[in-house]
Amino acid sequence: MSAAPPPLAQRLLRWFCAPHRLDELEGDLDELFHQRVEMEGLRQARWRYWRDVLSLMRPFIIRRQPAEYPDPLFTDMLRNYIKIAWRNLTKNKGYSAINIGGLAVGMAVAMLNGLWIWDELSFNNYHQNYDRIAQVVKQQIHEGETGVGQTMVYPLGTELKTKYRDTFRHLVRASFQQDKILAAGDNKLSVTGQFMDPEAPEMLSLKMIYGNRAGLNDPNAILISAQTARALFGDADPLNKVITLNNQTQVKVTGVYEDLPLNTEFHKTRFLTTWALFLQENDWIEKRAIDNWRNHFIKIYAEIPAGSTFDQVSERIKNAELNNIAHLPEESARKPQILLYPMSRWHLFPYERGQINKGPVQMVWLVGIIGGFVLLLACINFMNLSTARSEKRAKEVGIRKTVGSVRGQLISQFFSESFLVAMLALVVALFLTTVSLNWFNNLVAKQIVMPWNNGWFWATSTAFVFITGLLAGSYPALYLSSFQPVKVLKGTFRVGRFAAVPRRVLVVVQFTVSVTLIISTIIVYRQIQYAKQRPVGYSREGLITMPMKSDDFYGKYDVLRRELKNTGVVAEMSQSMGPVTDVYSGNNGFEWKGKDPRKDESFGTLAVTHEHGKTVGWQFVAGRDFSRKYASDSLGMVINEAAARYMGLANPAADAAVGELVTWRWWENNKPPIQYRILGVIKDMVMESPYEPIIPTVFYIKGHNGSVSWINIKIRPEVTASDALFKIEAVFKKLIPSAPFEYKFVDQEYAAKFAAEERIGTLAGFFASLAVLISCLGLFGLASFTAEQRTKEIGIRKILGASVASLWQMLSKDFVVLVIVACLIAIPTAFYSMSGWLQNYTYRTELSWWIFALAGAGALLITLLTVSFQAIKAALMNPVKSLRSE
Amino acid sequence: MKGTYLGEFEEVVLLAVAIRAGDAYGAAVVNEIEQQMNRSVNLGAVHSALNRLQEKGLVRSEMGGISAERGGRRKRLYTVTNAGRRALEEVRELRSQMWEAIPKTAWS
Repeated sequence: MSAAPPPLAQRLLRWFCAPHRLDELEGDLDELFHQRVEMEGLRQARWRYWRDVLSLMRPFIIRRQPAEYPDPLFTDMLRNYIKIAWRNLTKNKGYSAINIGGLAVGMAVAMLNGLWIWDELSFNNYHQNYDRIAQVVKQQIHEGETGVGQTMVYPLGTELKTKYRDTFRHLVRASFQQDKILAAGDNKLSVTGQFMDPEAPEMLSLKMIYGNRAGLNDPNAILISAQTARALFGDADPLNKVITLNNQTQVKVTGVYEDLPLNTEFHKTRFLTTWALFLQENDWIEKRAIDNWRNHFIKIYAEIPAGSTFDQVSERIKNAELNNIAHLPEESARKPQILLYPMSRWHLFPYERGQINKGPVQMVWLVGIIGGFVLLLACINFMNLSTARSEKRAKEVGIRKTVGSVRGQLISQFFSESFLVAMLALVVALFLTTVSLNWFNNLVAKQIVMPWNNGWFWATSTAFVFITGLLAGSYPALYLSSFQPVKVLKGTFRVGRFAAVPRRVLVVVQFTVSVTLIISTIIVYRQIQYAKQRPVGYSREGLITMPMKSDDFYGKYDVLRRELKNTGVVAEMSQSMGPVTDVYSGNNGFEWKGKDPRKDESFGTLAVTHEHGKTVGWQFVAGRDFSRKYASDSLGMVINEAAARYMGLANPAADAAVGELVTWRWWENNKPPIQYRILGVIKDMVMESPYEPIIPTVFYIKGHNGSVSWINIKIRPEVTASDALFKIEAVFKKLIPSAPFEYKFVDQEYAAKFAAEERIGTLAGFFASLAVLISCLGLFGLASFTAEQRTKEIGIRKILGASVASLWQMLSKDFVVLVIVACLIAIPTAFYSMSGWLQNYTYRTELSWWIFALAGAGALLITLLTVSFQAIKAALMNPVKSLRSE
Repeated sequence: MKGTYLGEFEEVVLLAVAIRAGDAYGAAVVNEIEQQMNRSVNLGAVHSALNRLQEKGLVRSEMGGISAERGGRRKRLYTVTNAGRRALEEVRELRSQMWEAIPKTAWS
């Protein structure tokens, strides 16, 4: 009889019915169906079959059978998983160490980078009203370019304080930071500080230790930082004590504030004193600057009231300057617009020569990306090793399933293993970070502390452990647990050909990153070396320099020089405008024979004394130095080669410039022009950035722009610095007793110009070596794993006559190919990004092909070393041993 | 006595299980009811009733052996428990008690 129940109904039943009831119900249905076919006919039987199936759709039929196994507590199983995981870790100590260590190093690097970025982003956060404070700046058009100036004219402050009073909650005028000699009793100290309006402590929400924020209301008051207070007064209460400023003005301490942390704009300001005192100390302000809309020398800070935005306020004060300079057509033409520059942008988007310098924010991105990459490398390792290992565990999965594990348990087991490893790595990473934080702070010149109490820190770490655990555990947990035990245990199970593809891709990614970092490091170092080898044009050895901080320094040139030379340790002494490592002043208004009228660029304009050349050791290309023998030399001029070239006077050679006349007209028509005769041309001196072209610079004895302000002393080469300094100090103590003896070595100052680049170099080198280390760890693990997996194959090959060399070649080839692919990706990437970086420097090294070749070859060599260790070990193994065991 | 209350259909199913003592499984119960009462019932209704009776403790079930007639499929065999028997007796007593109570005049 061919009667069969309706298949669709059967399928429906099988779909909804709980498996343990299916057999019985299908039996019932079948039996009834056959009876009915005989008694009522096929059609009726089918119809009733359908009705029966539908009537069976009831909860108690659908509900699946509860597990027959005992239902252990979740924690019991967890304990078991962790125990198994632990046993696995200790059984394969090598792998575990590579795995945990690699991941921990990656995490530690990411943590350090994260902390650095956090520190950068939280710059100035110390001030409570951080998001309402701004600097008043001026946007104007200068030589066709829109730029922003941060130094303001005095009357603008007055204008804002009177006509726009309601717009601001606080408006604070401030001087530049300046060094002053603070004296309390016998204690003398050179301290950096600022003159500010009395509202400043309130605006900056200074945390007062003694006194209160109203302390600056008294015109002769001073607020000092805790550090200054300690240095001047020890532990005594400094309130109402008297300090002498620069040996002239007596001020009273009305408060002590907590030191501003390093990541604030004003952290160098160690004392604050009043605006009134600023005017009193600089009497020229009241005479000449108070209504002068052209003399820029103050800074203005503002706090806006809650509820208003910077844009609104900027809009209101936009024309505060323009409205007042109708009488100055030249200034009006620049269309100055006053606007607010929010505190949150000061650090990451600073203005440099009127334009925003993107360096700091790019650095944040760079550090973030590098941290991310190192972490990625570590994660890749972790995943690669876990998945590679897990294939070995296919049999374990088979056995477990046979004795009754359900899939959910296997998934939990593999996941708890990977989470355990990730957790251990986190612990190690926390340890590494804590230990290396000091070193890192030194490297990046910051004061970062471990944010143990920061919720975000823990949340991020936990999230990271979770994600890593999930990623690394997902392959074994989800894929391996799906194996059919029969296949695995019978040995017919083969991991597919493509199972290794993701792993290969990951190795390529790792090495691409590593090789890119190696190339970048080499290039950064080359650039630093290149700039360091640039001819400096003067001799830095034994040259010390000091600012003339108070009036007591002036008018003592001859006696100072005589006394210093009498000590026998000083070869020569001079005074100059600014230190030799900086071009302090720049001016235009020069005229010379055959001048192209369109050329009116600013020259470096520096006043020096006659002996300056001998002191710093500048080198003449043509002409001669200043000499006291000729009285006319006081109107002489020494120019550098860049200036000679710029003026077009070095034609055909520099000699041609000597003897030419140069006239300097001051921009305010209140001084008669000075006519100079060029005495000599010196080799370019690197006074500013060693990466930039030399500014055309002129040196003279007397000029329009002020006088000498620094002392330079050349110590005799045969004398040791400590001996010399001792004797020099004695002279200063005798002649200028009011000032502390503070000096700088020029070679150190010069070296400081490389600090930023050297920092990048050190960081890049550090990250590159870590990346290589992590990648090699991973490779090592993978290589040993492959070798282990192919033990039998190698044994058979050896029996059939394969040589050790050919086996080594066979085992290494795969990895070498991967690394070559990585190099091919990395080289163009590095070339592109590093040539972009070098564009920042005018004086820069070239990208030579050998750098790339070297990095590639290095990566290859390291790979071969790493892999060969395992390959040769495997190839040397006695085949009897590897084939005997089964 | 909440919980052991016997619905009408449940009573019929329970009786059918008792009648088929030793060989009472889903299809057999359906057949029994259809033959006795001459009405068609759904398998689902029967299983549902059996399930409820089991929850009330009036029947118990166990899987029977494999037999060829159902293509090797096993049967779930139900038997009436002591509680089930008592429940049936109670219903019957209640009914006869009520029959007794009908006055003779009622039928006239």
